[in-house]
Amino acid sequence: MFANLSVRLKRFGLRLLTRPRLDLPLLLALFLLACAGLATLYSAGNANLSLVGGQAARFVLGAVLLVVISRIPPPVLRSWTPWLYMGSTALLVVVAALGEGRGAYRWLDLGFMRFQPSELLKLTMPMMVAWYLHPRQLPPGWKDIIVVGLMIAVPAALIAEQPDLGTALLVAAAGAFALFLSGMAWWRIGLLVGGAGAAIPVAWQFLHEYQRNRVRTLLDPESDPLGNGWHIIQSKIAVGSGGIFGKGWQHGTQSRLEFLPEHTTDFIFAVFSEEFGLIGVITIMLLYAFIIGRCLWIAMNARDTYSRLLAGAIGMSFFVYVAVNGGMVAGILPVVGVPMPLISYGGTSAVSLLVGFGVLMSIHANRKLHD
Amino acid sequence: MSRRRASIKEVRGEVALFRRRALAGFFLLLLGLIAVCSRYVYLQVFHHDEFVTRSEQNRVKPRSIPPARGLIYDRNGVLLADNVPAFRLEVTPEQVANMDDMLQKLSAVVPISDDDIVTFKKQVKLGRRFEGIPLKLKLTEDEIGRFAVNRWRFPGVDVVPYLTRRYPLGPSLAHVIGYVSRIDVDDLNNMDDDEEASYKGTTHIGRIGIERSYEKLLHGEPGYELVEVNADGRTQAVLDTTPPTPGKNIYLSIDVRLQKAALDAMAGRSGAAIAIDPRNGQVLAFASVPDFDPNLFVNGISSVDYKNLMTAPDKPLYNRALRGVYPPGSTVKPFLALGGLTMGIRRPSDTVLSTGEFCIPGQSRCYRDDVRGGNGTVNMVRAIELSTNTYFYRLALDMGIDRLAQWMGSLGFGSKTGIDLTGEVEGVLPSREWKAKHSKAGWYPGETIISGIGQGYWAVTPIQLAHAVATFAGHGVPYAPHLLMDTQDGVDAARVPQSFPPTGPSVIRKPQDWDTVNEGMIAVINSGAGTGKKLGIGFPFVIAGKSGTAERFSRKSDAYDNNKNTAYLANRHRALFIAYTPAEDPKIAVAVVLEAGAWGAADSGPIARKILDQWVVDSGGARPTALPPGPITLSDAPAEAAPVEDAPASAGSVQGAQPAAPSSAELPPDDNGEDQ
Repeated sequence: MFANLSVRLKRFGLRLLTRPRLDLPLLLALFLLACAGLATLYSAGNANLSLVGGQAARFVLGAVLLVVISRIPPPVLRSWTPWLYMGSTALLVVVAALGEGRGAYRWLDLGFMRFQPSELLKLTMPMMVAWYLHPRQLPPGWKDIIVVGLMIAVPAALIAEQPDLGTALLVAAAGAFALFLSGMAWWRIGLLVGGAGAAIPVAWQFLHEYQRNRVRTLLDPESDPLGNGWHIIQSKIAVGSGGIFGKGWQHGTQSRLEFLPEHTTDFIFAVFSEEFGLIGVITIMLLYAFIIGRCLWIAMNARDTYSRLLAGAIGMSFFVYVAVNGGMVAGILPVVGVPMPLISYGGTSAVSLLVGFGVLMSIHANRKLHD
Repeated sequence: MSRRRASIKEVRGEVALFRRRALAGFFLLLLGLIAVCSRYVYLQVFHHDEFVTRSEQNRVKPRSIPPARGLIYDRNGVLLADNVPAFRLEVTPEQVANMDDMLQKLSAVVPISDDDIVTFKKQVKLGRRFEGIPLKLKLTEDEIGRFAVNRWRFPGVDVVPYLTRRYPLGPSLAHVIGYVSRIDVDDLNNMDDDEEASYKGTTHIGRIGIERSYEKLLHGEPGYELVEVNADGRTQAVLDTTPPTPGKNIYLSIDVRLQKAALDAMAGRSGAAIAIDPRNGQVLAFASVPDFDPNLFVNGISSVDYKNLMTAPDKPLYNRALRGVYPPGSTVKPFLALGGLTMGIRRPSDTVLSTGEFCIPGQSRCYRDDVRGGNGTVNMVRAIELSTNTYFYRLALDMGIDRLAQWMGSLGFGSKTGIDLTGEVEGVLPSREWKAKHSKAGWYPGETIISGIGQGYWAVTPIQLAHAVATFAGHGVPYAPHLLMDTQDGVDAARVPQSFPPTGPSVIRKPQDWDTVNEGMIAVINSGAGTGKKLGIGFPFVIAGKSGTAERFSRKSDAYDNNKNTAYLANRHRALFIAYTPAEDPKIAVAVVLEAGAWGAADSGPIARKILDQWVVDSGGARPTALPPGPITLSDAPAEAAPVEDAPASAGSVQGAQPAAPSSAELPPDDNGEDQ
């Protein structure tokens, strides 16, 4: 039995090197990112090993799911897509029904675990858009754009209504990127973006008061230094005081002394910036840029439209995480609940991200062979 | 439309389109990442210094370290005021989001009185928002424990150790040392910025007594430390420390043994007893009865205790020795006699015939002697010995009120003695000026006459009387009475004596003048006929003294009052006694005032004697044999009161009646009762 196992391991290793299912550069980048995340978490959590251990366990779970999903061929995924999309949207409706009159309600309690159905949409949304566009003639015309727009709008609106603006943004962006990659004409894009810009004053009316306050606070954090401005001010202090070289690992005073709120979750990147400085920030940003670029490279080599659009959309929506969280920590974007991928503490986000990369790996494994 | 329905897609073009889009998208995303990074460059490079400063401001806070208050000892090193560790609850208002809500929740954990909350809120209003403000002092161990468990619920609230004041001897020196109490808003308002800075972190300030007069010595200078705090303001580490300079220790000239003897001798009767070293003005004993426990005030007196003290009929908070004013009665006579000699109005041998009545020439109004029929022909010594009113009526008249006021003023009457306690009053020295200020009527000669025997407008504080007798006993050299003797920088340092030079030259012109008055005061105690004639028995040195009995009420009729019940008289009289010893070279001078005593010599005299007895013991002598039982003398009647013959036959019936027990004519044993 052991002999059998070792033979299988040997074979697996050989295949990994010669014709790997998994994309090693992408895997390595994710691994480095996860390590940076755990190291920052150790410091931000004041050397709380159970915190780090828990997060590492989620990474392991995510890695297992990544490997499992990478074995599912894209056509199978594509055939499941409408059901997955409708199922996850239905769960959103359930959550909305359950959460009636209870303020922010995002969780579904399954008894053994709780999860946010909105997390599912981060993946099922680009899948659905890709599924829809797959058989169609590209670039898409207005009719397809409108259909896709509705596919995006319904779940996004449900999530925004929870209210969880950050996730709604991520979900909508994932769908929109798929549409963008499908070759939607630039003038159409310009028209839509211009229309959206004109709609901002209208949208403002539909925002919750706390969401509006976040935007107001962003514009002038010093107006309420102990209230809504506290997060932004303390985060900027953490980032700015880090300087070029940082204060050193475990020497960030802003987080250690708890001036920085949410310093293990949404604002963990402020801790990273404080301790590792601009050098660390640029290193991490290069790593993220590499991951995005690698995703797009995989997409370009994908076998069919569905795979291409899905892989590209997953890669590009990764950027939204980084830009929104990084911008929030640096005080140029409002405080929305978007984590820094693979660095922020929190299970659902880490697992769902790695599941997304599992899909990418599957696409990579089933890439078209070079002519 | 037709293109979209095509069953076969144009795959090659689509792939090329995707590639272009992917590259365009990647380019845009890179721009986005560069934008984000440039923001980090902006913060971390161009505004780095500013954020470093703000991060340090977050993290590092200066904290003042209050100095330990100087200790107070008596002259022999007996500890009178001590510092003991305690814990208080402190709130940093800046870190409390909802103060009322917090206070309400907190009082469920640690009971907080309304008084505490009122004081606290006043201080919060002063705007020291970033500093801890004490909310409740002297927490019990139980309270500390309960707060510790709930601490996480109360950011900005801390248990802080501090040193609180304790007065180990309790009430016995309350009127000397006074007490410290919490700094309040008025204190802060009265401070300039430097002072206020030096009280940062200090919760207590000297309120009255020595604690107040020597606040500057006792307080010290605060130190500072830079501490690292977390977002809740809790100290994480100390980065740098500048230690405080503790306040100086103070040695008082008080001798607690003498103080205790004085208090014991007073036996709870309202009044004052003061002993001064005439050679330097050091106050050896300073008793004001009744007294109170100063420890009650240190950490905020409860309203019940305070009400009790305020409403007590005998006013324990009232410092009688310093602020009580009494007619001095016959105790002024030796001083007046000295004035007569100094001014050359009298020679020692000049005599006056005392017939029992003295009438101003040309007026029908007459003034009585103490004894019906008078003392006969008396010279100065005899007049002091017998307290002959007529002699002093005439002397006062000859002197005139202006010279009388000026002379008595030179002995310190009518002005503050300058003792190092706050709140001293001036009393009243009868003079034209004083009367002009207080009455439309002019000065009458009769008022000069009764001023000569310490009645009329006279109002003298016990400390003034003690000061005057000490000045006389010290051969006329005036010293402002003082309690501070030495200071000390820390317990191991040497004591540094404080010098208090005389406040002026001797008031005595010729030594013979002093001798004559001294002889009279010796006779008071030591002759067979003196008003204090038994007070010297068994004492190793010669005592000189003078009694005084003053009426508390003005006489209702011209008739002699023949009621000799001492309880009745005690209600009407104030008993005074002044003394010093050894008469040839005085080393201690004493003044005793009883608010309710039948006779100066009989009631206040033994108190003075007991103080002197203790002084002998303290100076290394054997305890003098106690006074024999029985009356001392009764001949020193209040000036205008009924004449009373010398000691009545019924021995033992005169002593120590308490005003509170007018019915007890048979009289319980008093301070002399201890000897058989």
